[in-house]
Amino acid sequence: MIDVLYFAWVRERIGLPKEQVETDAATVADLVAELRAREDRYDLAFSDTAALRVALDQELSEFDASLSGVREVAFFPPMTGG
Amino acid sequence: MQVRVQADPFDAGAELNAFTASVDGAGAVVSFSGIVRDVSGGLAHMEIEHYPGMTERAIRDMVGDAMTRFSLVDALVIHRYGRLGPNELIMMVCTAAPHRGDAFLSAEFLMDFLKSRAPFWKKEVTADGEDWVASKSADEDALSRW
Repeated sequence: MIDVLYFAWVRERIGLPKEQVETDAATVADLVAELRAREDRYDLAFSDTAALRVALDQELSEFDASLSGVREVAFFPPMTGG
Repeated sequence: MQVRVQADPFDAGAELNAFTASVDGAGAVVSFSGIVRDVSGGLAHMEIEHYPGMTERAIRDMVGDAMTRFSLVDALVIHRYGRLGPNELIMMVCTAAPHRGDAFLSAEFLMDFLKSRAPFWKKEVTADGEDWVASKSADEDALSRW
């Protein structure tokens, strides 16, 4: 079981800030493929992963990164702080 | 190092004075304040979302990086989240160094990284609707100089 968090327009498109996902996905990209296959709202939110960022256990990471031992995955658009 | 992520407003003058009084051995303090700007006209307010848990850690890592790259005595970062009106202070960076060069450079370094590496997202709310502020490629390019 893995916690999956969504922020900004990703959260709005999916309609959830957070959910628990039962998955055997080996990488972030595999998890994204599983989520996209679920429903249109996920498919739409993840349609362009170049427009997204991912953090694993609250550290910025990459879509080809392994999910081994990871407890929390967060998806969000590029940050716009400051 | 002082890092604060908060919803509440803050007094930039009081923060700067307190920071300046607290740094020992500094010959230079630089401060930067970010202000909510009505870019397109008709801004009602801005919604700032962040990633609780990750935000403070990410900023602490950036400040730690700045402390090793530059000769810094101390640094302060305050960033707000929640609903902010036009002209409200959204964030502040203060850096203190023995000499002004390191104070100026480290403040710019921290701002460049905060813009596109700290997990904050801005949404502009106007009478016509609401829109997430898109990231700028110029902000990403700014990181390459470091």
